[in-house]
Amino acid sequence: MDLENQKRVKDLAEANGPENIIVILGASESEAAGLSAETVTAGDPTFAGPLAGVSLGLRVYHVCEPEIKAEIPADLYEEQIGMMEMVLDVDSIASEMKSIRDQYCKY
Amino acid sequence: MNSVITASSYVLVHTPDMVLHNGTTITTEKIVNPESEYLKELPKHIRSYEDVIAYAPNQTYIGNMTPEELAAMPQPWYDTKVEAKREGKFGEILPQDEFYMLMQICDVFDLLVLEKGFAAATKEKFVKNPAVIPSMVEKIKEGVDLAEIEALVNDEHAEGLYMDGKLVGAVKRAHDVDTNLTAHVMHENLVSKASSVLALIHLIKNSGIDASEIDYVIDCSEEACGDMNQRGGGNFAKAAAEIAGLTGASGEDVRGFCAAPTHAMITAAALVKAGVYKHVAVTAGGCTAKLGMNSKDHVKKGLPALEDCLGGFSVLVSENDGVNPEINLDICGRHTVGTGSSPQAVINSLVAAPLDKVGMKIVDIDKFSPEMQNPDITKPAGAGDVPLANYKMIGALAVTRHEIERADLAAFPEKHGLVGWAPTQGHIPSGVPYIGFCRQDILDGKIKNAMIVGKGSLFLGRMTNLFDGVSFVIQGNSGASAASAMDEAEVKNMIAKAMKQFALSLMEGEEEQ
Repeated sequence: MDLENQKRVKDLAEANGPENIIVILGASESEAAGLSAETVTAGDPTFAGPLAGVSLGLRVYHVCEPEIKAEIPADLYEEQIGMMEMVLDVDSIASEMKSIRDQYCKY
Repeated sequence: MNSVITASSYVLVHTPDMVLHNGTTITTEKIVNPESEYLKELPKHIRSYEDVIAYAPNQTYIGNMTPEELAAMPQPWYDTKVEAKREGKFGEILPQDEFYMLMQICDVFDLLVLEKGFAAATKEKFVKNPAVIPSMVEKIKEGVDLAEIEALVNDEHAEGLYMDGKLVGAVKRAHDVDTNLTAHVMHENLVSKASSVLALIHLIKNSGIDASEIDYVIDCSEEACGDMNQRGGGNFAKAAAEIAGLTGASGEDVRGFCAAPTHAMITAAALVKAGVYKHVAVTAGGCTAKLGMNSKDHVKKGLPALEDCLGGFSVLVSENDGVNPEINLDICGRHTVGTGSSPQAVINSLVAAPLDKVGMKIVDIDKFSPEMQNPDITKPAGAGDVPLANYKMIGALAVTRHEIERADLAAFPEKHGLVGWAPTQGHIPSGVPYIGFCRQDILDGKIKNAMIVGKGSLFLGRMTNLFDGVSFVIQGNSGASAASAMDEAEVKNMIAKAMKQFALSLMEGEEEQ
């Protein structure tokens, strides 16, 4: 996750309370999704950005995970995400996200 | 009448020391984490020139291997060596020492100095390059003492130029207080200009036309030159044209992040089609900031730091000659302000919408050339195979439009796509790497058309959250050249005259007999 986005997530969590924040990712690879999820939960694994050593423990999901899909009207989801859902390895992304949440999520 | 693609050139510059001194991943790490294990490890992952020219994606970039030959090689490619050639059909892979000399030739403000011994030794090598023109050789200056360079770097904020870690030159700041003319900015801009010049001189060589015939140059790199009163004033295009000997050219800079080359190609094609210019060169040099961009992941996974080359390219867009492949501007896609940012909205606007306008289907396009990044570089960094992801999205769009069955989606990337071979230099891998091969494939009858798709991340400039993209189609020549259309009446006139003369000579012959 780039340094500017880390700063934005950190500022939003401080302003609204970390328990009130959910981060939704759109990364196309499970590894990239996992790294971003780790950044907003355990802290920046590259130790380069504002979240280095900061464990926010935020709730974090990928937009293709069933929990998020269920929250979005089906026709809108099909229009905006349907094509990408066809292309992405949703199972591998979902399992990576769950593993990060199980380890580091505080809420 | 459509314009045509007359020639192209593709060049790489091996810059191992610039990776360590100028790549932003490295310079950022030096600030935030100066004692990191990564910084200590990185020098051990730098490749030699010999390894760089024996690397299959690089040999593909300069035209010695075709994308099909590269695709036939099992991935990853970094641990396999292929025939190492410096020169290729499209250009060359320039070593770092000769590039420093080229930068010195491109410096017209006495900002770049080279060490005496280094300059003399490099000049000998440099002048043997068949693409280098005499006016460039005349610009080579004598070197200076090492002590002078050390003083510039230590006391005057100059940016050092290194060979194998040894200081051999420096780029001075161009102003004491102007942040747009610091040594860092001058270095970055001279690199961009010099690599663009390298691409231009190869373009002239490949095209066979006289350099003075080029009317206009469009630079589409990602740098900005100007002083504190006009940060992006420009004009890289004209500055590079001057050194490359394009005496008849003016030019402009077109910007749009990674989408800029495709914007520039459309602009060039339109200017030629409108009859404003006969020959327009689209050109771009490389980018120091992106050297070693993903090297943290490469080091962590025990790979060489694969982002060790600057990229450059030039394409010559000319008046229709009745032979070369045409740029069809009737099929021009664009991501508009209202398009939206979901991947399917983006792909639809760039691929399907322009085809709909002319009643064509996605499957009517033989090859797509979107983001052509080398997967060797991006996969270990967690970004996946970027061209493949694009082909899957285009294929998925074809499924949603009922052009292909879902079961055929898996075969779509191989049929309509290519593997990626371009270095991750932002604008360099975006759509344009295939233009050289595409021209040849169409001339050889292997394909009938191709779509070039350029995409750009405008949000990085913090002026808009929008994304951007444009596309156009290259197709076989219809056979009618601009010259033939314009001169049809003249040709008729000439035939009439010839017939008349023939008749007269017959009559004279009869009289003699």
